[in-house]
Amino acid sequence: MTDDASTRPVSRRDLVRRGALGLAGVAAASQALRAAERGLPGSVSPHGAHEPGNAVGQGRVSDASIDPMVFLEQFDGGEVSRDAAGRTVREFHLTAVDRDIEVAPGVFYAAWTYNGQVPGPTLRATEGDLVRVHFRNRGTHAHTIHFHGIHAARMDGVFEVVHPGDNFVYEFEAKPFGLHLYHCHAVPLKKHIAKGLYGTFLVDPRTPRPAAREMVMVLNGFDTNFDGENEVYAVNTVPFAYHHEPIVVRRGELQRIYMINLLEFDLINSMHLHGNFFHVYRTGTKLAPDEFTDTLMFCQGERHILEFAYEETGRFMFHAHQSEFAELGWMGLLDVVERVIA
Amino acid sequence: MSRIPTPVWALLPIVLLAVLGVALVRGGLLDVLRGGAPPVEALTFERVTLAPDLIRVELVNGGPDPVTVAQVMVDEAFWTFTSRAGTTIPRLGRTTIEIPYPWVEHEAHVVTVLTSTGLTFTHEIAVARATPTPDARYFGVFTLIGLYVGVIPVAIGLLWYPLLRRLERRWLHFVLALTAGLLIFLGADALHEALEAAERVAGAYQGVLLVLVGALGAVLLLQAAAGRRVGAEGPAGRRAVAWLIALGIGLHNLGEGLAIGAAYAVGEAALGAFLIVGFMVHNSTEGLGIVAPVANDRPGLATLAGLGALAGLPTIAGAWIGGLAYSATLATLFLSVGAGAIAQVVVALYRVVARDTRDRPVWTPLTAGGLLTGLLVMYGTGLLVAG
Repeated sequence: MTDDASTRPVSRRDLVRRGALGLAGVAAASQALRAAERGLPGSVSPHGAHEPGNAVGQGRVSDASIDPMVFLEQFDGGEVSRDAAGRTVREFHLTAVDRDIEVAPGVFYAAWTYNGQVPGPTLRATEGDLVRVHFRNRGTHAHTIHFHGIHAARMDGVFEVVHPGDNFVYEFEAKPFGLHLYHCHAVPLKKHIAKGLYGTFLVDPRTPRPAAREMVMVLNGFDTNFDGENEVYAVNTVPFAYHHEPIVVRRGELQRIYMINLLEFDLINSMHLHGNFFHVYRTGTKLAPDEFTDTLMFCQGERHILEFAYEETGRFMFHAHQSEFAELGWMGLLDVVERVIA
Repeated sequence: MSRIPTPVWALLPIVLLAVLGVALVRGGLLDVLRGGAPPVEALTFERVTLAPDLIRVELVNGGPDPVTVAQVMVDEAFWTFTSRAGTTIPRLGRTTIEIPYPWVEHEAHVVTVLTSTGLTFTHEIAVARATPTPDARYFGVFTLIGLYVGVIPVAIGLLWYPLLRRLERRWLHFVLALTAGLLIFLGADALHEALEAAERVAGAYQGVLLVLVGALGAVLLLQAAAGRRVGAEGPAGRRAVAWLIALGIGLHNLGEGLAIGAAYAVGEAALGAFLIVGFMVHNSTEGLGIVAPVANDRPGLATLAGLGALAGLPTIAGAWIGGLAYSATLATLFLSVGAGAIAQVVVALYRVVARDTRDRPVWTPLTAGGLLTGLLVMYGTGLLVAG
């Protein structure tokens, strides 16, 4: 924990600043809203000496195995070559390793990871590419990689269990185009997914989608006390990551979010965008939108591509419409500006 | 051997133990013994109080290892907080966490502490209401509660004194046995509540064993303090027993007041008229018990008032403490001391009757029936207060 806020006495000014943070997330919970209003500099709280706090937790995460701002826009195209037939071949390397990650400020979780990070790297190919994934298991349990897609049974990552120290090479054609995922399919399945063995597998159509600012958002959570319920919810592992550091978005620019739900224990998850509506490409398997909405439900393993642009500048919240998830970490902000200062 | 002074022999094993202990901790042997096992965390919510827009939580670490509070959730939402003594609580240490939270009056809230290892400790605020602050009104309310629940009923019970004076000896023995029955019921009740409170005591403070120490300690202290006087023949001995009963009941009422005050402060007790009346009926039998041993001795009004005060006033003190600084540890200790005191009183009562009956048997249909009646009266009036 780099932010030592929790061990430091908090002055009134700190509380005012936190209150103002809450103001940024205008329609958080009603409490956060009220807290923010009371926290406005110069205003006098009608409720005695105690300024209400914020439903964003305490301190910041510094050791989450990923930097949420970097992970958001990081796509791994693999090592590219061509085979004899002229087809594009993409080779990826994934290694399962155990690693403690910080899943809430000061809270450490003994995760199982691909390449030491949760979520695993976002793998990207184009439909028709030959994908070759070199998997090494350096963890303490048997693992696999199960890709969603159309492929041979022996490449399905279910029966060919890779024991600690062993290796396996998955090889298949990237199809169909769409937004897919990969995860460990060793038993007990729930445990292996909840521990962090999952990632995004994006297959672009041969005709590229229109140019846009692209982001990957993996909806996940962590059961830190092993009671079969999540204590922490997040987009890309770190609760409130994009709340503390809003995602800067250019006004009028097309935004494309690849959103995947890998939450365990809770049956459904959702995405709600403030002050806007978005086009939904369900599973990303078509080029025409299926739906125009501002709230979208995700079952476990379900994923959709979301496209939108903002007409107005300002800060807009996005979060699970399960308020509980939102206030336990699945909450973020888009900061729409006239132009992005690099 | 004989040239070495005695204190050296007394201290030698202790010094050796200390040296070995230091070697174990400093020498890294502890890590070997632990074998990389994860730390054992045990946090106890000692006290949770509410002020406008603020939840204050006092945490005690009753486990073997230090515990770090990383996050705090209220009603399944992460919330900002401040801590006075830091977020890492050493073994047997404590800290106070303040959560600025707009809690809702009369509703339930759940406070969960998430530690650095991901474990959770949860406390439910059953009915949210502002914790009374120790001002004049606070003391007024709790004094009133104490008066109604403790002092007035005991005083009313003392009014049976004239009746007792007119009773034949064998019926007086019936009343004394009845008193013993009342007291046994109260003692069992106190012991039960002490054991219940012990469940909520932080592990390291060994709640159940605290009950043993408190109860046996009370028995032994009272025995040592009053032993000779209680054993005396005639009125002096009987008066001593009356004082002892008053003290025992007073200690019991201290625990009862503590529980009532604490429950009232956190809004758990709906102290309706029915409950107050129930306590009054229930506790008026205590007054009877106090005067029974001295029924034939014509004690002065001052003595009666003193006996009543000793038995009843601790209720007020208990209510104050309970409302202001309730802790499960304190409650366990008070209640078990009350139980021990009552056990001692019952023994003293037996001796009063035994002396009075001389060489005839103590247990007659009247004494046995009296004891049973005492139990049944308490059970019956207890129905009025049992929640």
